[in-house]
Amino acid sequence: MDLSSFNLLTYMMIIPLFGAVVILFSRNPDSAIANANVRLVALVVAVTVFLLSLVLWAGFDPSTAEMQFVEKYQWFGNINYYVGVDGISMLFVVLSAFLMPICILASWETIQHRVKEYMIAFLVLETLMIGVFSALDIFLFYVFFEGGLIPMFLIIGIWGGKERIYASYKFFLYTLLGSVLMLVAMLYMINTAGTTDIPVLMQYDFPIDVQMWLWLAFFASFAVKMPMWPVHTWLPDAHVQAPTAGSVILAGVLLKMGGYGFLRFSLPMFPDATVEFTWLVFGLSVIAVIYTSLVALVQEDMKKLIAYSSVAHMGFVTIGIFVLNHQGIEGSIFQMLSHGIVSGALFLCVGVVYDRMHTRDISRYGGLSSNMKAYAVIWMIFAMASVGLPSTSGFVGEVLVLFGAFKWSSWLALGAATGVILSAAYMLLLTKNLIFGELTSEETRSMKDLTPREYALFVPLVAVVFWMGIYPESFLKPMRVSVAHLIETRLDPAMERAGLNEPHTADADSAYQE
Amino acid sequence: MTGTVPNLIPAMPEIILALGAMALLMLGVFQKGNTFRQVALGAMTLMIAVAAVLISVVGGETQVTFNNMFVTDSFAIYIKLLILLGSIVAIMLSMKFMQVHQLDRFEYPVLIVIATLGMFMMVSANSLLSLYLGLELQSLSLYVLAAFARDRNRSTESGLKYFVLGAISSGMLLYGISLVYGYAGSVDFAAVSAAVTVDTAGDNLGIVIGLVFILAGLGFKVSAVPFHMWTPDVYEGAPTPVTAFFAAAPKVAALALFARVMLDAFPAMADQWQQVVIFMSVGSMIVGAFVAFMQTNIKRLMAYSSIGHVGYALMAIAAGTQQGVEALLIYVTFYLIMTVGVFGAILSMRRSEGMVEDIDDLSGLSQTNLPMAIAIAIFMFSLAGIPTLAGFFGKYYVFLATIDAGLYALATIGVLASVVSAVYYLRIIKVMFFDEPVAPMEEQHCKMVGGVVGISAVINSPVSALLIAPIALWAGWAASSLGS
Repeated sequence: MDLSSFNLLTYMMIIPLFGAVVILFSRNPDSAIANANVRLVALVVAVTVFLLSLVLWAGFDPSTAEMQFVEKYQWFGNINYYVGVDGISMLFVVLSAFLMPICILASWETIQHRVKEYMIAFLVLETLMIGVFSALDIFLFYVFFEGGLIPMFLIIGIWGGKERIYASYKFFLYTLLGSVLMLVAMLYMINTAGTTDIPVLMQYDFPIDVQMWLWLAFFASFAVKMPMWPVHTWLPDAHVQAPTAGSVILAGVLLKMGGYGFLRFSLPMFPDATVEFTWLVFGLSVIAVIYTSLVALVQEDMKKLIAYSSVAHMGFVTIGIFVLNHQGIEGSIFQMLSHGIVSGALFLCVGVVYDRMHTRDISRYGGLSSNMKAYAVIWMIFAMASVGLPSTSGFVGEVLVLFGAFKWSSWLALGAATGVILSAAYMLLLTKNLIFGELTSEETRSMKDLTPREYALFVPLVAVVFWMGIYPESFLKPMRVSVAHLIETRLDPAMERAGLNEPHTADADSAYQE
Repeated sequence: MTGTVPNLIPAMPEIILALGAMALLMLGVFQKGNTFRQVALGAMTLMIAVAAVLISVVGGETQVTFNNMFVTDSFAIYIKLLILLGSIVAIMLSMKFMQVHQLDRFEYPVLIVIATLGMFMMVSANSLLSLYLGLELQSLSLYVLAAFARDRNRSTESGLKYFVLGAISSGMLLYGISLVYGYAGSVDFAAVSAAVTVDTAGDNLGIVIGLVFILAGLGFKVSAVPFHMWTPDVYEGAPTPVTAFFAAAPKVAALALFARVMLDAFPAMADQWQQVVIFMSVGSMIVGAFVAFMQTNIKRLMAYSSIGHVGYALMAIAAGTQQGVEALLIYVTFYLIMTVGVFGAILSMRRSEGMVEDIDDLSGLSQTNLPMAIAIAIFMFSLAGIPTLAGFFGKYYVFLATIDAGLYALATIGVLASVVSAVYYLRIIKVMFFDEPVAPMEEQHCKMVGGVVGISAVINSPVSALLIAPIALWAGWAASSLGS
């Protein structure tokens, strides 16, 4: 089957929109039936898109760094509707499509209020997320990137917790502030290079002093989105206030846009500035890894703890990206995918007990292993994956990043590794307080174990966590050639210009290749 | 040319408007009974006819007549069509409102037609004198319109305030014109432009001072900081359909005039006027963004929002390039559509005790009237310039032109101000979607207002992605006639 003529990516973006329109115009006088229909339509749409994303993966050719599934039509002026994926972006598209049906299923019973708008917001968000990862036109990318703020703002603001308004504002304004600076830089690039084509811009050489400014402007946007210390403070608020599915999407996909942005824009377009600014990124990342891990240790709110752990994990990712070698970059992409699954799953786990007790206060729980056995097992799996236990997905990414960091400097690796230890500390502490110990209160004792719907949520996630941990090659293979291409064509020359490329590193790289 | 009859074809739309306004006035005076409805329908028909004449008879070629005082080109055509759109919609929005509030007097549509005529003259002015004539014709009609609810203190106050401040600014403008005439020896744009070269621009102090006075006068008309003081009071005091009219068509006309004067009459003095325009632009964006925070009345909020938007439009003018003009045209096109939509939405919300003008009255609108809440949310996100909505495309072009002109600091201030202004646009969305509902609005069945809101919301929604291509094409065509 020739997939290139099938406009697969466009279908993946249009189907959710179409579903949203269907839901918008659906009418039923009985609100229970109407809500049930709306949920069903949303689920069918999300599953369809997920199946299409599997087709995308199956049809992806891992032997080339070229863009695949490319579609290009003129839009206006010199701007094109131009989409396609390469090894770096393809798995993020799959991740978005994978998490969406889970989110919809997770909201099946908990969202009873304004279901129609809720599902519309999620489906629109799905279109925008797939758009961000597949856009090959810088203008189109920006539209998707920032357009995603609107549905997320509404999701947090309408269906969130008590402090939802503060959290939604903070989320919106932080992200907007970062991305408008990126917009200025993008406009400069469009004017200077005369094109909005991302593949062309990825080969364009801006003068080095200009690169510095452009890099900083893009950094402002991606660092907020990532989020990196010290602009991470919106994330705990947003996570705590968002509904469960909102947290899943936020942690699972939206945070990855920052890392993806670094890989798609900062590294290939401004390689010299990237080399210059590695110290800045490493400094902030190491602080993030250590500081936010310590902060996570003392949290009393489960969601907040996981949110801080996300910041720490993202610190790992930025270290991996900016060590500028194969292991680091592949490891960070892998870590992002793994974190997308694991942190999403952890938020779902929190959602499960929250639905029963309506509190996220850690001290109110305890001893769940005696009355919620299946839940305890699943929690353990994801907690260990988050810590990075071998044979789970978290391990592979962490180890690759640490290899990469060690090649750059052993001090950097030391800083990063401290985070691994601390992550074990806070995750185990949380597990102890939540799962083990005595069943103290009457409310926890009366909690029921997982329902079939919840099993349906967790089984695919558990399967993926082990698959990624035991046979990571199926995920590393598609990205390998694209990452190598990025390093060889853009980063190595820049390193040489900066006089940083020592011979033994190159040897080690080629050894890794074989 | 003297002694012969000037070529009337280029001025045909203006002539038709002038005669039509007279005819409508006569109809209103001599017809028995309340003629508001007939005159309003007549005015709309007249303006649609004028649009047809503009497209078919005048066309987009550059033509000059009346001893070079009057010019029509693709730029003028584009702006005039926008003005007609704004004026027609303003009458549509007012039909029901005026009847409910016992303001249904036939003078209202006639005044709008005359103001439209004034705006046409402004856009087509090719000399400082015809500029002044057009501007005054428009302004005098607007003063009266502001005070149209003459039994209400607020309305008369706003009319008076507008008149006094407007008269001062006209005085400044006229003084500037006289200085320029004195030093350049002509009021003709081409002659003024020929009198100054880039090298001598700084030395010619008389013209520079004259230019600054002209800028001050024009700044008042577009309500740019620091000449913006009248805007909130006038917007709040005037009857809402009049405010809708003020915010749309006259703004567009004044900005177009601004661009034409700067680019056609003072192209060599770009260094001089650019500083002033940048100052006004930055001031407007900042004042528009920060002061709007404290507003509780939605009309006042829209006044500050419009000040902010003028700041962005001035940014495009400050670029001083053809790309800037194109950006300005795209920007004002979407701005006009957004503005009429917002005011349509304001007009369609009322309770038994009267019109709803407080932001807090919108609480929980999404639960009582979802389509209206969605429409307003689209307008707000669009005004804030969030992508996938129309307002973003306008901002994109403006920033692109600014950066192309090398004004990086201005562009950066602009985007930062847009973040600040996002806060108060979000507040309205928050009130509508996140807060619990208060007493529901009265059901209102004015199809015209509903239609305006609906169409405008659709144009502003992501559907704008399909419209931007033709609009950018036309704007490029229109901009090509200016500054060359």
